[in-house]
Amino acid sequence: MRIALMGQPNSGKSTIFNHVAGYKAVTSNFPGKTVKYELTKFNLLGRTVELADLPGTYSLTSFDLAELEARKYLLKGNVDVVINVIDASLLSRSLELTLQLLELKLPMVICLNMIDEAERKGIKIEIEKLSEILGVPVVPAIALKGKGVKELFSTAYKIGEEKEIGKTMNFSKDVEEVIAQLSTQIKKKQINQEFNIPERFLALKYLENDSYFMENYEEKSNNLFKKIVHFQNILEETHGRQSDVVISSERHHLSMNIYESVVSLTKPHTSLIDYLDNILMHPFLGYIFLGLIFYLFFNLIFSVGKIVEEPLLDYFYRLIPLIEKSINPNTLSFSIISGIIQGLAGGIAIVLPYLFPFLFGLAILEDLGYLPRMAFLLDAFLHKIGLHGKAVIPFILGYGCTVPAIMATRILESERDRFIASVLATMIPCAARMTIIFALVAFYISPQAALAIYILNIIVIIISGKILSRLLPEITPGMILEIPAYHTPSIKVALAKTWLRMKEFIFIAWPLLIVGSTILSLLQFYKTDMLINNLFSPLTSLLGLPLVVGTTLIFGVLRKELSMLMLIQAIGTSNVTAVMSTTQIMTFTIFVIFYVPCVATITVLWKEIGSKRTLFTVAFTFILAVILAIITRFIY
Amino acid sequence: MTITLDLAKENQKVKVADISGGWGIRQRLGCLGIHPGDIITVKRSAIMRGPILINIHGNQVALGRGVAGKIIVEAVE
Repeated sequence: MRIALMGQPNSGKSTIFNHVAGYKAVTSNFPGKTVKYELTKFNLLGRTVELADLPGTYSLTSFDLAELEARKYLLKGNVDVVINVIDASLLSRSLELTLQLLELKLPMVICLNMIDEAERKGIKIEIEKLSEILGVPVVPAIALKGKGVKELFSTAYKIGEEKEIGKTMNFSKDVEEVIAQLSTQIKKKQINQEFNIPERFLALKYLENDSYFMENYEEKSNNLFKKIVHFQNILEETHGRQSDVVISSERHHLSMNIYESVVSLTKPHTSLIDYLDNILMHPFLGYIFLGLIFYLFFNLIFSVGKIVEEPLLDYFYRLIPLIEKSINPNTLSFSIISGIIQGLAGGIAIVLPYLFPFLFGLAILEDLGYLPRMAFLLDAFLHKIGLHGKAVIPFILGYGCTVPAIMATRILESERDRFIASVLATMIPCAARMTIIFALVAFYISPQAALAIYILNIIVIIISGKILSRLLPEITPGMILEIPAYHTPSIKVALAKTWLRMKEFIFIAWPLLIVGSTILSLLQFYKTDMLINNLFSPLTSLLGLPLVVGTTLIFGVLRKELSMLMLIQAIGTSNVTAVMSTTQIMTFTIFVIFYVPCVATITVLWKEIGSKRTLFTVAFTFILAVILAIITRFIY
Repeated sequence: MTITLDLAKENQKVKVADISGGWGIRQRLGCLGIHPGDIITVKRSAIMRGPILINIHGNQVALGRGVAGKIIVEAVE
């Protein structure tokens, strides 16, 4: 059996998904975080069930890429049951999607999620009545606490077995007449069978002028196309509005009517968290708090990281002389062992201490719901670089990892915006580059210098954004963004999310790191590293860096943090300042932050923005890195 | 008398008269519950011609100035 979770953005689909899948899908409190669907298999009443977590979609007339993905999955026609997840506190609006899902005539269950939040807002819903009106079971739930999830799935299973279909709701009489006539035409031509959807659904999409179905159609025959236009005109004439507005208003009124008949309103309970916006979204205080939050965040990462890094590094570097006593340092086996140890040490002592506090802090901010507030505060500034407020979300995620950041650009509406945001996102120092900034610059120079790098980075991004938006002068569509209610973050969920993101480092980057440092040891043993270093010498001498840095730059393209860890190994000491001047450390860090995105990023860029634009990004960032590093060399 | 939503004052309650943008913007606003006839309360307005924050059917939505300028509203007492 195949079950799909479908619902409006931020209604808790991924939270429900994670209950059966383990923490596999990233959840956050902002609309549109799931941009591609995630699948899992689990055992339900003795049978294997496949569950899909689809990206949130406001309507089945879709515009952004993530929404289209959800619709495509649903229309593929192999879903046995749809679970329509609804944020109970936004019932009336959510019903508009529910009505469209009913038109698809698929077996369906409604999950009224966040029922506690709705009650807090003073919205009491008569569940049985709602179920009776729509003709589908309605299960209340509080997904975050796991309440109702079990019942939800057993109900879904039952509905899937019985293939029960809900009611189709009727619009006003004159609109229904038009729909009926168009449906007959569609049925006659059997167009709906091609799409594998009911004719009424297709008729509505035609009346709504849905570009996906229209385009598909225009190629085929002009005859029906003329009829569609004819029916659209009828609606426009009788209602005095565009036909798509007529249909969406009909749906809106129907939803409002259902809402009013099942909901009784009481006085909302306000809590402290409701007043948070008075400060965090205040036109003046909001910016002060924004700065303060990030300053504290920065200090937290640095102080936690430093406390852990120092003793751990000491410990590992005391190991090497011990091994030297037992194994002759001039042998191959010693090279391999010391390579492995240095790889292990790099992961445990240098990367993890900074990665964990950063990812945990980011998880808390995401779950609280602060990211959409940032989009609100920074919209005006982002317009200056040709984007709008929503671009904040990929940018902030970019401080974690560039790959999800580029995926998150899908929430932007225009292709041009997605391109600019993707290029800029590659320049944001991800967690891997953050460890370089913290473990090299903050640790060996000063925390202020590290902060300066972040500020410089933002300035460079602003200038690059200006240049790119000059090259592509198109007005960004305005921002339309829901600002969800704050949620008190759950430590457990935040830890699970941190772990999910750390796994990427532990299971992919770390083994790579150990292999990489062993290879470097071998290269050093056979003296081949000098060959590579000489090859890179034009670049390293241009930047005024030691010759040994050359090899590390290759590793940096694989994973950014490798370049630093390899640097420490290449210069043969953990006391970097003994070999490199502070200017050299700064130059190296700046170069590594900007030059060429890592392999994983290039792969995702290739998929999202195409090969030409990816090559442009690689060249652009490389040239930028060289220029900035030369400037650093002579100025710092 | 009608104005565009971006000119509405903070805490002002308005009723949507029309949406002057094209298909895409109409649909996107419709999804968030903004149709002709709906009541909007303006909650906040960001500095430097930043977005405005509105309350629509008990939900908060941020709209960029450009978008707000396409929503034609009339004052409600």
